[in-house]
Amino acid sequence: MSDESYPAELRYHPEHDWARVDGDEATFGVTWYAQDALGEVVYYDPPAVGDTVTAGSSYGELESVKAVSDIIAPASGEVIAVNDKVSDAPELVNSDPYGDGWLIKVRLSSPGELDALMDDAAYREYLSGLSA
Amino acid sequence: MSDLRRTTLYDAHVAEGAKIVDFAGWEMPVEYLGVRAEHLAVRERCGLFDVSHMGQIEVVGKGARDFLQATLTNDITRIGPGQAQYTLLPDDNGGVIDDLLAYALLDRFLLVVNASNIDPCFARIAGLAPDDIEVINRSPDVGMLALQGPAWAKALTPIASPEPFSLAYMEATEAHVAGVPCLVARTGYTGEPGVEIMCDAAEAPAIWAALMGTPDRPDACGLGARDTLRLEMGYPLYGNELSRDRTPIAAGLKWACDLKHGGFPGAERMQREAEEGTPEKLVGIMLTEKGIPRGGCPVLVDGQQVGTVTSGTLSPSLGVGAGLAYVSAEHAERGIRLTVDVRGKPKAAEVVTLPMVDSSPRKEHHT
Repeated sequence: MSDESYPAELRYHPEHDWARVDGDEATFGVTWYAQDALGEVVYYDPPAVGDTVTAGSSYGELESVKAVSDIIAPASGEVIAVNDKVSDAPELVNSDPYGDGWLIKVRLSSPGELDALMDDAAYREYLSGLSA
Repeated sequence: MSDLRRTTLYDAHVAEGAKIVDFAGWEMPVEYLGVRAEHLAVRERCGLFDVSHMGQIEVVGKGARDFLQATLTNDITRIGPGQAQYTLLPDDNGGVIDDLLAYALLDRFLLVVNASNIDPCFARIAGLAPDDIEVINRSPDVGMLALQGPAWAKALTPIASPEPFSLAYMEATEAHVAGVPCLVARTGYTGEPGVEIMCDAAEAPAIWAALMGTPDRPDACGLGARDTLRLEMGYPLYGNELSRDRTPIAAGLKWACDLKHGGFPGAERMQREAEEGTPEKLVGIMLTEKGIPRGGCPVLVDGQQVGTVTSGTLSPSLGVGAGLAYVSAEHAERGIRLTVDVRGKPKAAEVVTLPMVDSSPRKEHHT
């Protein structure tokens, strides 16, 4: 398990997914809050390279022993890489949600969608509203 | 949240870092460090569960044995004082109101029922009881801990008197644990040897703290591990494998139904089902590829649905997706290949024997 953090260089979707933008590509994963809510992740069902993902829609699933969670794409695009390390060791999502626990890389089709995402401060504010 | 109930161990759970969930109207710990670690601790060493949410119903009176013989499915005349028996409470059609452990004590019977079924069990039993039989719901006053795993005796030895280790499986005795008067029973729901300890609810935290203070401290375990442990053993869970819609026969519980004597509600139907077979049977299944079956997933053969998963998880002991499912009788044989539809994705599976792991609660403790 890891300590709660929300890195400033990421953008956040209200379904607890993050995007690290690099030009017209982005890496997606789930936030510390998401992995904590899910518990120890034991299974990652990823999309295939070449699949299209749509902002706000599920592109895969993470499962704990007890529960299944859809993974929501924070932006639309084509999958250009899948983190096979997480398929083999899903607990990386718990231990390093912003590093080795990344889930997919995409080539963004509508980079303007990124403007709708939250920065770290807005996401923390959003989380504090959830627990109130 | 305000109408959720807490056991007297709630503060202890929070102090141990538990993740708390709503379970059957109770705020209960689902996990502490993680379901997998807790599960393996119980299989390999020892874990401690708070099961104070479970119900305790006492049946008192001269004719209590005869009354229970006519009310529950198993042959209660086979147990005497200090013995426990797995049995079921059937409705008038032979459907299952609950499964439970019946304890014969010196002057009464004690029925330990599922938390979610305390009210229906009490209503059923009290409703059937003749005037000279007293039925008392002790659930609010009773705390209950389950100490489970091969090293259970190591954790209990330093704080128990007399040492309750001569108990055989399904035997119970009065003892003091951490100075608290208890009923200690060689029972459980994990498939490992161990004990369940019942006491005054207010005293449960003293026992918890004392066990956690021993050199061979058990791991705190939540309801998540309790569920995965029972699933690997093929133990049914009310609401998943058991319901009023089926008799115990389809669930493979004929061994807990005294069909020879009969006389309890639904006995004729159960006898008929035992002779003719049920259209569906409960089986263990394992995926032969990556994935996790879940309750409600359809089970298919040649594209046709032949059953439904009732419970599923990733087996922490085996590392594969595993579950229990009702499937049509002709597909209920070990080794039969099935497909489980996991949210639209077909996953290859096969019928396996239960238990799925090489465990038995009858094993002797480590010395």
